[in-house]
Amino acid sequence: MSPIRTMTLNMGPQHPSTHGVLRLVLELDGEVVVKCIPHIGYLHTGIEKGLEGKRFQQGIPLTDRMDYLAPLSNNLALVLAVEKALGITVPERGQTIRVMLAELTRIKSHLVWLGTHALDIGAMTVFLYCFREREQILDLYEAASGQRMMSSYFRVGGLAADLPPGFEDGVHAFLETFPDRQAEYEALLTKNPLWLQRTVGIGTISRDDAIAFGLSGPALRACGVSYDVRKAHPYSGYERYQFDIPLGKNGDVYDRYMVRMAEMRQSWRIASQALQRLQPGPINVTDPKLVPPPKQLIKRSMEALIHHFKLYSEGFHVPPGEVYQPIEAPKGELGVYLVTDGGNKPYRVHFRAPSFVNLQALPKMVEGRLVADVVAVIGSLDIVLGEIDR
Amino acid sequence: MSNLDGREEGQATAESLVLKRFREQFRQALLEVKVWRNETTVLLAPQDLTRACRFLRDDPDLVFDFLTDVTGVDRLGLPESTPRFEVVYHLYSLQHRRRVRLKVRVNEGEAVPTVTGVWPTANWHEREVFDLFGVPFEGHPDLRRILMPDDWEGHPLRKDYPVEASPKWWEEEPA
Repeated sequence: MSPIRTMTLNMGPQHPSTHGVLRLVLELDGEVVVKCIPHIGYLHTGIEKGLEGKRFQQGIPLTDRMDYLAPLSNNLALVLAVEKALGITVPERGQTIRVMLAELTRIKSHLVWLGTHALDIGAMTVFLYCFREREQILDLYEAASGQRMMSSYFRVGGLAADLPPGFEDGVHAFLETFPDRQAEYEALLTKNPLWLQRTVGIGTISRDDAIAFGLSGPALRACGVSYDVRKAHPYSGYERYQFDIPLGKNGDVYDRYMVRMAEMRQSWRIASQALQRLQPGPINVTDPKLVPPPKQLIKRSMEALIHHFKLYSEGFHVPPGEVYQPIEAPKGELGVYLVTDGGNKPYRVHFRAPSFVNLQALPKMVEGRLVADVVAVIGSLDIVLGEIDR
Repeated sequence: MSNLDGREEGQATAESLVLKRFREQFRQALLEVKVWRNETTVLLAPQDLTRACRFLRDDPDLVFDFLTDVTGVDRLGLPESTPRFEVVYHLYSLQHRRRVRLKVRVNEGEAVPTVTGVWPTANWHEREVFDLFGVPFEGHPDLRRILMPDDWEGHPLRKDYPVEASPKWWEEEPA
């Protein structure tokens, strides 16, 4: 009789349900995963290195390419870090627009997660529904920034431009219909016996393990740990909004699903409040060394012309030091560690990418389970390889 | 630029609880303490790192149970550049909502003790620092490159590594 042998299976990097170019080497005993080794780096584009060669404002478009499902969250993390190092705060209207768009971004990111996660498990319809609503948000992105995906709309000191006329109506129209649309997704999944079978008790991680592995975002909150950067360390005026932190209990795929579904409702609440708070006013700081002067002024004022020229030829200098700025991105805690040396470019930028850290816990969640569950667990972690590999 | 002047640099005047407790335990080990933009940075000697991390995690008043991030900095371009490499740890206490930044400095080729035994999450972070800066971690269970290919030469985030570098096999390929 031959000894029992395990089979090694290569999953990815070109596998539709690894959500990008993730490669997993699975050691299987029949259908049970004995060992899982993730291999990453296929999408490494040297974003951190690239940022060292660019002036502070020039680096913003690079950040869009990290978590490409939530570009504005990445923008926000970088500009907040630079603003922290500069010691400036953006005016009320600028902050409100940032919060409103960041929450729409969260809904947009969660919609892609929900659609693809359900698709991986075998529920095709949800995908089509989710992308229908995502399209509305992409239209809003396009109206504000001119770009559907790589929007680069936030700037150090404020925004690239004020919102176009009619934008608020567009947000209002989206927010008005979204709760009903979300009820449609939930009707398809939340109590669906097939969905429950594939998600309840799958990919479980304990509260202590989640903390030890540094999980953040919905993956951590699904274990019952109440940590949300927006509440713990509010930025951009989040302390002025009313919202709750949805928590799970069991830390399995189903709880992560429930937490994200509830989060979309909270994002809807925050975006609605932001829309109400939106008052006319300045969107940028007034410092002419950080923000370009209005075009009309350049034609009349010599000083404005000089500021404009200096800003676009040299940029601005940030005092030497180091800051860490976390934000609550759709995937978890996105942190920017910025080291400055007094120059007009960052000396070192590091992104604490939530997907990178969350993915590390994958072997812990899938070892000893069936190979079919691997797909469900990857989906429930909501990883984006652009952010993992940077 | 009036809004740039409000920076509070140098030694911490009003010492936080973290620093107080930390100082009591590690009088000799704290090489430098800096507070800037309300963020505390503590520089440690590499040999004290693991002990300090365990203390910060287990002390009931501090409970830094969450290692947010580990990264590196190549100080080659800074005014004071020896020791050359800096490994930076961002610690967070979920219970007390506090953050502290630890740093150790090493020269080329010198190893930093691993903290994977304290927080398992350090595993991939340390592999990333090893991959991109070439700083080895002593006692790491699985020290391999993580983002770059296994046979890559050089460490891309070093300051003397060119921005546009292509691997040898790429250039040697016949046209």
